Amino acid sequence: MIAFLIKRLMHAILVMFIISVLAFAIQDNLGDPVQQMVGQSVPESEREALRERLGLNDPFLVQYGRFALNAVQGDFGTSYFYREPALDVIARHLPATLELVFASMLIIVLFSVPIGVYSAIKPRAMLSRFFMGVSIVGISVPVFLTAIILIQIFSIGITITLFPESTGWGSWLNDFFSTEGNMPSFGRGYDLVQVFGHWETNLATWNGLQHLVLPSIALASIMLPLFIRLIRAEMMEVMQSDYVKYARAKGISMRRVYFVHALKNTMLPVITVGGVQIGTMVAYAILTETVFQWPGMGLMFLDAINRADTPLIVSYLMIVGVIFVVTNTIVDLVYGLVNPTVKLTGKPA
Amino acid sequence: MTLRRTIFFKKTMLASVIGAALAGTAVLPMTASAETLRVGYTADPETLDIHEQLSGGMLRFSHLSFDPLVRWTKDFEFEPRLATEWEQVDETTMRMSLREGVTFHSGNPLTAEDVVWTIERLKESPDYRAIFEPVESAEALDDHTVEIKTSEPYPLLLNLATYIFPMDRAFYTGETDDGDEKSEIVKAGNSYASRHVSGTGPFIVTERRQGVRVDFERFDDYWDTDTGNVDRIVLTPIAENASRVAALLSGGVDFIDAVPPNDLERVREADDVKLVEINGTRIIGFQLNEERVEAFQDPRVRQAVAYAINQEAIADRLMRGFATPAAQFSPEGYSGHNPDLTPRYDVEHAQELMAEAGYADGFTIDMIAPNNRYVNDAQIAQAVSNMLARINIDVNLRTMPLAQYWPEYDTRQSDAAMIGWHADTEDSANFFQYLTFCIDEETGAGQYNYGSYCNEEIDALVTAADSETDLEKRNAMLREAEAMLYEDAGYIPLHWQNLAYAAREGVKIEPVVNAIDFPYLGDLVISE
Repeated sequence: MIAFLIKRLMHAILVMFIISVLAFAIQDNLGDPVQQMVGQSVPESEREALRERLGLNDPFLVQYGRFALNAVQGDFGTSYFYREPALDVIARHLPATLELVFASMLIIVLFSVPIGVYSAIKPRAMLSRFFMGVSIVGISVPVFLTAIILIQIFSIGITITLFPESTGWGSWLNDFFSTEGNMPSFGRGYDLVQVFGHWETNLATWNGLQHLVLPSIALASIMLPLFIRLIRAEMMEVMQSDYVKYARAKGISMRRVYFVHALKNTMLPVITVGGVQIGTMVAYAILTETVFQWPGMGLMFLDAINRADTPLIVSYLMIVGVIFVVTNTIVDLVYGLVNPTVKLTGKPA
Repeated sequence: MTLRRTIFFKKTMLASVIGAALAGTAVLPMTASAETLRVGYTADPETLDIHEQLSGGMLRFSHLSFDPLVRWTKDFEFEPRLATEWEQVDETTMRMSLREGVTFHSGNPLTAEDVVWTIERLKESPDYRAIFEPVESAEALDDHTVEIKTSEPYPLLLNLATYIFPMDRAFYTGETDDGDEKSEIVKAGNSYASRHVSGTGPFIVTERRQGVRVDFERFDDYWDTDTGNVDRIVLTPIAENASRVAALLSGGVDFIDAVPPNDLERVREADDVKLVEINGTRIIGFQLNEERVEAFQDPRVRQAVAYAINQEAIADRLMRGFATPAAQFSPEGYSGHNPDLTPRYDVEHAQELMAEAGYADGFTIDMIAPNNRYVNDAQIAQAVSNMLARINIDVNLRTMPLAQYWPEYDTRQSDAAMIGWHADTEDSANFFQYLTFCIDEETGAGQYNYGSYCNEEIDALVTAADSETDLEKRNAMLREAEAMLYEDAGYIPLHWQNLAYAAREGVKIEPVVNAIDFPYLGDLVISE
């Protein structure tokens, strides 16, 4: 176990090293940070002086060496835009993203397991077909569009006049499909509760939760169909296996067979995929956060790219690399708990 | 709607301390005159040091927490603010009287020494010192009189005065605990002035989280009592166009800037929301690179390009009326605006000119344009490419994001480039000096002259105008310069990009927004 963790730690360091070299190598293509830090009419001599002060004129190896030396001591450089150490900036934006991803995961788990199991048990039921149909749509609509549609329906509100207003049923249907639209469409709201340090939470107040609803649904919309289909497919396969058949033959109640015997084995691949997808969700969060102006890491990163804020870009990429390593490590640990036949160190049992 | 005007309570220690210190009214129900304005701008101020960076976001902030000596009205007249009167003592000296009884947020009174100190600091600022080059010195004659001297006769001193937002000298003098000068200007650094602010403006910054939001409270001792009724501003930067519009339509904010052309109809027709469009002053156009393409050295070829481009179609269809077609630099209201110069779209004439110049068969050029700087920039460049194809100029167009565009632009390695320009001085001469003056590395003239266009006659005329203090004469000279440039087709103008703001019903933005894009929110009135 200890050996496994140490090995993973080495992985994390290696990943950070490789990412930092790559990020540094492409920084010239990200644009000129000085360009965004001065007014348009500022003469070239002033720009040159600023470049010199920021050390942007030094050769690649000198710049990288300076960065690496500081990074080893925990200093990842100072963001040009925020005028603060890049790690502080990221730490400030991290809770917003984590809460968003957490809320989305919650939605995914709450919906994907029952729906997936149901449509595996009753694959021919109308409801199953409906879920499968919707999930195809959900998987193909980009998160950006989902977000805009959610905002239009639930924040701005829509008025439907499709049905004849003069008839009773028409007016009722019109009202039924029209929405008021009161949900907040941007930001985290002003009703945050400080937990500790940089961590302010949306989860503690009604207003905060309201702000969390639409973004987390939008973010979940990408992964939910995937998980429903994954659980369904795994469950159907497990249902065909001998031990399930035997359990049924023994006369164990179907409920117990489904939810204790079958579901447990269904969850193994789901955990693996899920762990990897948490990392992907951080990536998708960039789009969701942009549309909802959610002040998390994704929005921060996109802004940093637009401003060619290289210290922040490099730090962000390294942190995300670490998040991937950490989530994969946790997945492996959980996997070992759920399925004791798996050995962490990979040695033959 | 009113239900959603949130009374928000502060969360952090810092904010509650400041909140409590500022006013006991913070938690009480709002009275009729107490209004909160939630603003959704494309960007928040980069810093709190108004001299650290010259940008639209910073100037908007300057008008909230500071006051200029004079400011522009909607019709490009000067309106007295902290300066109440001014007179030209001689050709190079202007004397200004300052308003009495004005105090800074710190409680210090405003005196002439503060103005002198501010001007000296402006001359130290990397972003402002080029603009303030003509100013030689400033001197306090008494507590409320300041005298500004220029090295040469300079007609635009009042234009510069719109950039003089007096800072609190006593507040910014001394050393911090770390031993840094409080007054120092550090770009992208963590200077004292970038974190602390004391101006004379209508609003005090109470809390700021960069990139997330800025909170303002009304300054109780603000000198101008005959003004707006906004007591609190919450500024949220929302860069994404669709999200900003959605935030307004859903009632999440009360006021937004930069309504994108695609959403104009939607906002105009929405209930409870009002759209205000203003003709802007930023010229969008193209520069032709004479260094790389020999044909562009021939005025007939440049004219052919000018004749081939249909500005009105671009403004009407591509911009959906969100632009004013242009045939010169100066928008209406500017000193050098020449009403005789109108767009001259005529493809047949353009083809004749090409033939005359010996390029009937045309040639191929590379062209670059940004894709996230100006409204519809990439589409405009595409449209221009198609128009040039009709005079047999084949265009290989490359578009790129802003962060990559300017470094690429600076290399001057393409045959044509798009550029938009807003004159910092709100004056016609500025366009010429940066975009078409013969390049001179020494003086910095023609810094953005991509095509190395050079017409010494025009340069001489504009230079002469810039030391002509008789404004009537000066305007005539600048109009003449515009006409000469039109004739010579030294720059290919397309349009002036409009500005569009929107606010919920009851927020009376119309009187406070202006073509220079700095809404005077201190004067904003919200009615029920």
